[in-house]
Amino acid sequence: IMCASAKYNTRGPALIPRMKTKHRIYYITLFSIVLLGLIATGMFQFWPHSIESSTDWTVEKRSVHDVPVVKLPADSPIPERGDLSCRMHTCFDVYRCGFNPKNKIKVYIYSLKKYVDEYGTLVSNTISREYNELLTAISDSEFYTDDVNRACLFVPSIDVLNQNALRIKETAQALAQLSRWDRGTNHLLFNMLPGGPPDYNTALDVPRDRALLAGGGFSTWTYRQGYDVSIPVYSPLSGEVDLPDRGPGPRRYFILSSQMALHPEYRLELEALQAENGESVLLLDKCTNLSDGVPAVRKRCYKNQVFDYPQVLQESTFCVVLRGARLGQAVLSDVLQAGCVPVIIADSYILPFSEVLDWKRASVVIPEEKMPEMYSILQSIPQRQIEEMQRQARWFWEAYFRSMKAIALATLQIINDRIYPYAAISYEEWNDPPAVKWSSVSNPLFLPLIPPQSQGFTAVVLTYDRVESLFRVITEVSKVPSLSKLLVVWNNQNKNPPEDSLWPKIRVPLKVVRTAENKLSNRFFPYDEIETEAVLAIDDDIIMLTSDELQFGYEVWREFPDRLVGYPGRLHLWDHEMNKWKYESEWTNEVSMVLTGAAFYHKYFNYLYTYKMPGDIKNWVDAHMNCEDIAMNFLVANVTGKSVIKVTPRKKFKCPECTAIDGLSLDQTHMVERSECINKFASVFGTMPLKVVEHRADPVLYKDDFPEKLKSFPNIGSL
Amino acid sequence: MQTRKKYIFLTFLASWLLLFIFGGDQLRRFAFFSGRKAEARRSWPRWTDRSVLKSFADPEELQRDGDPSLLSPRERRAAWLSVYRSSRCRMETCFDLSRCDRHGFKVFTYPQERGQPVSETYSKILSSIERSRYHTPRPEEACLFVLSIDTLDRDRLSGHYVRDVDEKIRGFPLWNGGRNHLIFNLYSGTWPSYTRELGFDIGQAILAKASFDTQSFRPGFDVSIPLFPKEHPQHGGDRGWLHRDSVPPKKKYLLVFKGKRYLTGIGSGTRNALHHIHNGKDIISLTTCKHGKDWEKHKDTRCDKDNVDYERFDYQELLHNSTFCIVPRGRRLGSFRFLEALQAACIPVLLSDGWELPFAEVIDWGKAAVVGSERLLLQIPSAVRCIHPERVLAFQQQTQFLWDAYFSSVDKIVHTTLEIIKDRLSPHRSRSRFLWNALPGGLLVLPDFSTHLGDFPFYYLQHGYSPSKKFTAFIRVVSQAGSLSQPILRLIQAVSGSQYCAQIVVLWSCEKPPPPSGKWPQSSVPLTIIQGRRKLSDRFFPFGAIQTDAVLSLDEDSSLSTSEVDFAFSVWRSFPERIVGFPTQSHFWDAEQQRWGYTSKWTNELSIVLTAAAFYHRYYHSLFTEYLPAGLRELVDGLAACEDILMNVLVAAVTKLPPIKVTQRKQHKEGVAQQAECSEGAAGSPSAPHPAPARAEGTGGSRRFSQRQDCLNQLADWFGYMPLVSSQLRLDPVLFKDQVSVLRKKYPSLEK
Repeated sequence: IMCASAKYNTRGPALIPRMKTKHRIYYITLFSIVLLGLIATGMFQFWPHSIESSTDWTVEKRSVHDVPVVKLPADSPIPERGDLSCRMHTCFDVYRCGFNPKNKIKVYIYSLKKYVDEYGTLVSNTISREYNELLTAISDSEFYTDDVNRACLFVPSIDVLNQNALRIKETAQALAQLSRWDRGTNHLLFNMLPGGPPDYNTALDVPRDRALLAGGGFSTWTYRQGYDVSIPVYSPLSGEVDLPDRGPGPRRYFILSSQMALHPEYRLELEALQAENGESVLLLDKCTNLSDGVPAVRKRCYKNQVFDYPQVLQESTFCVVLRGARLGQAVLSDVLQAGCVPVIIADSYILPFSEVLDWKRASVVIPEEKMPEMYSILQSIPQRQIEEMQRQARWFWEAYFRSMKAIALATLQIINDRIYPYAAISYEEWNDPPAVKWSSVSNPLFLPLIPPQSQGFTAVVLTYDRVESLFRVITEVSKVPSLSKLLVVWNNQNKNPPEDSLWPKIRVPLKVVRTAENKLSNRFFPYDEIETEAVLAIDDDIIMLTSDELQFGYEVWREFPDRLVGYPGRLHLWDHEMNKWKYESEWTNEVSMVLTGAAFYHKYFNYLYTYKMPGDIKNWVDAHMNCEDIAMNFLVANVTGKSVIKVTPRKKFKCPECTAIDGLSLDQTHMVERSECINKFASVFGTMPLKVVEHRADPVLYKDDFPEKLKSFPNIGSL
Repeated sequence: MQTRKKYIFLTFLASWLLLFIFGGDQLRRFAFFSGRKAEARRSWPRWTDRSVLKSFADPEELQRDGDPSLLSPRERRAAWLSVYRSSRCRMETCFDLSRCDRHGFKVFTYPQERGQPVSETYSKILSSIERSRYHTPRPEEACLFVLSIDTLDRDRLSGHYVRDVDEKIRGFPLWNGGRNHLIFNLYSGTWPSYTRELGFDIGQAILAKASFDTQSFRPGFDVSIPLFPKEHPQHGGDRGWLHRDSVPPKKKYLLVFKGKRYLTGIGSGTRNALHHIHNGKDIISLTTCKHGKDWEKHKDTRCDKDNVDYERFDYQELLHNSTFCIVPRGRRLGSFRFLEALQAACIPVLLSDGWELPFAEVIDWGKAAVVGSERLLLQIPSAVRCIHPERVLAFQQQTQFLWDAYFSSVDKIVHTTLEIIKDRLSPHRSRSRFLWNALPGGLLVLPDFSTHLGDFPFYYLQHGYSPSKKFTAFIRVVSQAGSLSQPILRLIQAVSGSQYCAQIVVLWSCEKPPPPSGKWPQSSVPLTIIQGRRKLSDRFFPFGAIQTDAVLSLDEDSSLSTSEVDFAFSVWRSFPERIVGFPTQSHFWDAEQQRWGYTSKWTNELSIVLTAAAFYHRYYHSLFTEYLPAGLRELVDGLAACEDILMNVLVAAVTKLPPIKVTQRKQHKEGVAQQAECSEGAAGSPSAPHPAPARAEGTGGSRRFSQRQDCLNQLADWFGYMPLVSSQLRLDPVLFKDQVSVLRKKYPSLEK
């Protein structure tokens, strides 16, 4: 079975096939002829049809009044009442959804009908604007299917958003006669205004048997956790009024109540609050003396002052959302839109999308009994947190409240996540506003583990043809106690590596991998041969590092396994004259990068470098044959948000036979190129992820007045 | 050779022709079919009159959703009390919040009655509560009550089953219909149906139960707890088994199960099917029929072969070597297997429909487990194969975090239960879902300290905050002298010279009143004096005067220079969750004496940074004072010098990381006589801030030394393990002692 996830080549760059060139050419020619033939066949056979099918995508254009009429006999069956014990595993037929590589449920929408009773009287309004928008959104989404046989979820076109607008018994009968009703299994109803006088039930009263309910205004007693979906009550004002995002910050009023027709008992409590705290509490009500033509719903009054609604909500830090006859209130949507932090006072209310949204980050929930303490409770919230809640509130509105489309898609996604939990959207994706998603990092190696010393590290030496120097490096590195394996990446395609017998004899396994192309990226490939977490990337000319120095580097890496741990450090600087980044290799007091000529890091970053490097950085590095180390520094800093660790005093890789590519080289072009890399990478990452620090790691007793022979790392090297 | 080539060529040609003639036609028909389908695809119509459709509700109707004739809110709440009881209990209706107003969240455990044996597990639960900071011995203070009757095992066939619970409970004057009571249960019901029956009326009590099913679970009221074995440790607990992060996961098996197959009865449906996914390669699913006395009676044709296969694999070996572990329901919904898999970092694949997962009210299980459906067992192999390697790694790490934060000991399970209930009492002062699911976990984050993530040392990176740019110097003074000594004057001068110093707070822990403000040196930063209570643990009290994230904790005789302070602070800003300081000590396991040893000698390692000169986050003051139980602070107050060890142990237990040592100048004040102490004994001796190499341990010194060693062992005992972690490094300025011009160096004075 195919996976949606990409299959990663775990073997590494392909080894060169050992076929003789002559034969190879022959086979390739033969193969390409056959392939060409196949393609031609395909073109010839399929071409015309594929053009035809892609254009046929008809959208009906009719009037709502023209839809067929269905007459419901008085004795047509009525579904059972909703079953409170329903859960996904008892009332939902998962077999209809099946396993599919996209992990998406398929949603079918019944076509629109007009239902009348025996006497020809309409059962309900055919369809409301909002329900039409909702169905349009589903139909345009990836979830939609027009094939009733492939559907996993069915959405009736019978509009039950507002219970007051429909006849309960007849609506139920209309539901029961749907072609795939089957006791309501896998059917989803959307309702925003449930219940009616006098008792105002908190869930839709229409008998619906096993159907799922996406309802606004559930209480903990009617909400079937993990089965129903709690949705907001849509506020049509969202579409009419454009409230620009005011951004977080202090506002004129501290608490504002804008709801009309509050219960007198609540109003008394609010008035007491106002009497106690004065101006900072604003208590609005409906206006009594408005001139004609002014819509009452767009104005609010306090004594003789008239305020525009919902604009006035932007003037307050906190906005009270009290329950009315129903638990769900449309004002919640207006409040969020205004970036005002809702203070929700509605005991037992299930907040919209509470299955996935973390309302504690966007609202304050206060038990009804604690209403008198509201002011002091709100005052105890730190200002910085209030600002975040304001931002969060606005984000919730933008993502999940602003349109019927947003509400519909969030609802379907929640159900989708239940059916394909292993592909579910994460908490962060649901809850983090874009600004947080941008500025935050989620470290893939977040568990504070100090890897056991016994694991050791694998040294990966990238080499081209400097065999003599390579052998010296191998001999030197093999003296490091924690080395567990040595891997030579032979990057030269034109020359074979030396014969087995010529290699230095060392105490750990030595493996040679040959690469298909001479690319710098080969150094950072996650070879299967690397069995340890720790990788020491080392150039084939780094012979000056002492065994103590390397062992200490490994010990430091163990304490910081999610960082790059290296020897010479480098710095990036902002060049004010040129208005761009500059690479600095002077001996400064700060570091932000380490050279990977010798550096320890986690193998995971090899995987990231090879498969997850953003943009075209990898190709850029291979094309320029430079800056692979800077790219690695960027990558690690970007994903962890942490700085590098420079170890020991080492400032440069000085060696007699080294050629030009010493980091400290005064070669002007080299410096220019490196600076260019930094600017290029910063623009690809969209930010400068590198972190500047002033410290380096030395052994605890480094340069202390203490007998050298008692120190763990006496020979720690020099500059 | 030539003929072979010819044959190959001919074969190719022939297959091509065949494909053209037959296959092409087949494919064509298929394409035509799907083409027609696309043609027929119909979306929801764009109604011509959609713009004139009416809204679902009149704006007036939406905004004036009230009805003054309705029950008043107070009446409605009163009415709820009588309607929503027992099986429909909620915090609003069955829990008396007012009991918690005056004394806060306090838990009372009923005294043990004689002749009332309690199982080992239940006594662990009780002692966890008694060890917690919420315990109170006075019922009149209590907000929550826990019975002394063992209600864990309500299986009638079990030896631990307690009879006549109803009768006993009714005899308790505090019972009050179960209001504000918390009842623990691990097993309910019995063979063959294993119902949720407890065998007594719990009334309005909160039920903390293992294997909770979603239907009887009262959301927001009950707590689902994990099933744990009776050997589960009281505190501490083993660490998880994940020692390495690898991508792709380097495990021998992808998915394993080894367990019983029920031939009949509840749960047999799922267990009977498990063998179907066994492939003998990377998916091992083994079942045995052997259990119970009369298994042979029900035995089917598979049994004998299965039983043989079953013996070939070892459960522990499978657990260690698999990426995913199937955790199916047993007779009951939960199983020991769940925690075993969690600890083993073997990602649980749950096949237990309708199980309210442990602590699901706060834990986001989607990050640590694959919640499968019993009905879709056969899809499981392909589903887990398709999970990206990065996600697998994240899953694995999350299992370890959750195991360590909430499950590894009875203490943690019980404390999590209590914290969940406490969070419900004041929703505005509770932990967000994020806090529960991110390191270091909900138990270590006190919402009473702050509800803002940026006020804690743990979330800077995840939320793009950075720690404050200034610090508070916090100096403890215990010396007797009526006037200010030279060292403290020098210290104030050095510290206030730092550009990052926001304020200086002096904790005056002497009988004598502090000198008048005129006597204190003039400095550029504000100086506050707090009169202490002369307890050692005082120095870690969360004083309101400390306003910055960073605290520089100092003793009066510490000697620091401005650049040392500056450099250390710059390091702390990179490691805000750790203690960053100067003099250090280390611990080690003394194999001879079978106890933890402690040394202040110069060593190549360090695990304790003395708080006589150290930076740390001010939140640790709150953790020290609020999170640790009073008993532990009393222990420290009783000993001469151990409070700093406790602080180090606490921070290490929270972060699992070692402290950080930074460069320190050579000390000039070797051998300065110890300050005269303000009183004998109680206040303890201020420690010398620097570990002298090979210091001659005098009698006072050796007493102090042995006290610290004892303290270390007592703390390890209390935590259940040794939290301290060793480090082999010291952080120095980048150019420290390098042979370059002093003029280049930012911190040249550190090298003197």
